[in-house]
Amino acid sequence: MRSGSEASQERVVEEKKARMNSWKDNVSGYLFIAPMLIGSTILILYPIVASFILSLTDWNFVSGLEGASFVGLDNFITLFNNPVFLKGLVNNFILLLVVPGGLLLSLVLAVIINKNVYFKDGFKVIYFMPYISSTVAIALVFQVLFHPSEGPINQFLMSIGVENVPQWIADPAWALPSVMIIIVWTQIGFQLILYIAALQNIPPELYEAAEVDGASALYKFRKITVPLVTPTTFLLLIQGIVHTFKVFDLINVLTEGGPANATTIPVFYLYEQAFEELKTGYSSAIAVVLFIILVVITITQWFGQKKWVNY
Amino acid sequence: MEQVFRRINVSKLLVTIVMTIVGIIFLLPFLWMISASFKVEAEVLAYPIEWIPSTWNAVENYKEVWFGSNSFLLYYWNSIKVSFLTTFVSVFFSSIAAYSFAKIHFKGRDVLFLIVLLTYMIPPQAIIVPQYLLYSSVGLIDTHLGLILLNSFSAFGTFMLRQFFMGVNDEIIESAKMDGAGHFRTFFSIALPLVKPAIATYAILRFIWTWNDYQNPLIFLRSEHLYTIQIGIEQFADAHGSIYSLMMAAAVSAVIPLLIVFVVGQKRVIEGISLGGVKG
Repeated sequence: MRSGSEASQERVVEEKKARMNSWKDNVSGYLFIAPMLIGSTILILYPIVASFILSLTDWNFVSGLEGASFVGLDNFITLFNNPVFLKGLVNNFILLLVVPGGLLLSLVLAVIINKNVYFKDGFKVIYFMPYISSTVAIALVFQVLFHPSEGPINQFLMSIGVENVPQWIADPAWALPSVMIIIVWTQIGFQLILYIAALQNIPPELYEAAEVDGASALYKFRKITVPLVTPTTFLLLIQGIVHTFKVFDLINVLTEGGPANATTIPVFYLYEQAFEELKTGYSSAIAVVLFIILVVITITQWFGQKKWVNY
Repeated sequence: MEQVFRRINVSKLLVTIVMTIVGIIFLLPFLWMISASFKVEAEVLAYPIEWIPSTWNAVENYKEVWFGSNSFLLYYWNSIKVSFLTTFVSVFFSSIAAYSFAKIHFKGRDVLFLIVLLTYMIPPQAIIVPQYLLYSSVGLIDTHLGLILLNSFSAFGTFMLRQFFMGVNDEIIESAKMDGAGHFRTFFSIALPLVKPAIATYAILRFIWTWNDYQNPLIFLRSEHLYTIQIGIEQFADAHGSIYSLMMAAAVSAVIPLLIVFVVGQKRVIEGISLGGVKG
């Protein structure tokens, strides 16, 4: 009897303790995430909702709130009839070509560096340097390097006998390829490092078995390396695509979208419309389109991953 | 056997030499930048390229960059201030949130974590206009505080650090609780020291990203005395238009400190990039 009541008393104490604990857990749990949650709600979640609402208005924020009017989907209709925006979208899709090209180059370099060189870490550092360097500084350097008549690149090309050297960023036909060269150059280090990490996870027995069968280096590359790094390739592919939609710094410093809109892309057009033309509603519509494109790409990542990635 | 061993080494050595040459070609834009920054203007574009200048003008060039009309001293100070404070605040907020999401059981944890992850999917350009409106209504335009807050709430940091806190043994946390430690003390004296390498990785990445941030200072700063290095260098280039030797000295000044941070912390940076698979 006595022991029974003692036991139940103990249970009550235990439960009380547990309740105290879970109460304490809740309070500390919320306290710990509060800054993060409040900050991102105010600075990220609220603005994305606001972007959607603003995209339905005609408004210049300098004119104050009373200047705003609801225009439905008009901004989107104007946007998809605007030649500069459409040109920007086309340019952005051309820019996507840097992704597969850069990935192949990075993978080949990664394979060489991973197994076949001394001072592996040194090579990682070399190829990673452009990635961590300031885009503004890089853009300034390439502005001079690409100088049509006196730049070192063209002087070199002329000295080895190339006639009709490209005018690089001064020529509408060459401006976008010039930007693409710089993007590949800055991104290689990042892709290389992820590929090296992936290569280290491939069991060496696979290569040993292939060698016993007399497989060539190219065969091993195509049949073992490429398939086994597909998860990384997929990740890099998606991130590379997303990155091309965000290359605002390079465009703004190097070409300002020119010449003749040859290098304009939607983020640059967004910046011009928002902060130079002060078209708040219209630029929000661009933001919404950009957001939707990137969300679709990200969702593709989640679903596509399961379909063609070999784990 | 010994011969095979030696042959492999020779081929590895050859590949290393070839790759070193490729690496030097890869770095030529940097080498050209550094070399040009030491030259007198008239020789910058001379061809064939003089990699080692015949006339040295380094002192004058760098003096103009650092103590001239658009003084890099000021831009540097602003960048150092903003980058350190952003890194500190962001690491603090992300690590306490990460600990909470990993180790504290509270109601609605998974839903709230999902919300934080959602913010990661939102591209910064898609929200910049409302952020600007919000900032102008509360007076945060043209302040360093505003700039710091913009990069202080990182879903990436929270996600990455949470992975590491999840690796901390539950029993260690429980035994700290038994000893009467609250979550705050457990976090600071037990959990945090255990994930120090991850914190260092995230801190270095955040520092690099903030130092190189161009878009936010461009949009949110107005006064020149608040400019960070990325806007400062553009300002400097505009002011010195076609004086390439000065522009290159400015570019070198903007890039070098980060290269030093990177070379010192390269193991951590590379590890962090490999783990997170994420770019700034």
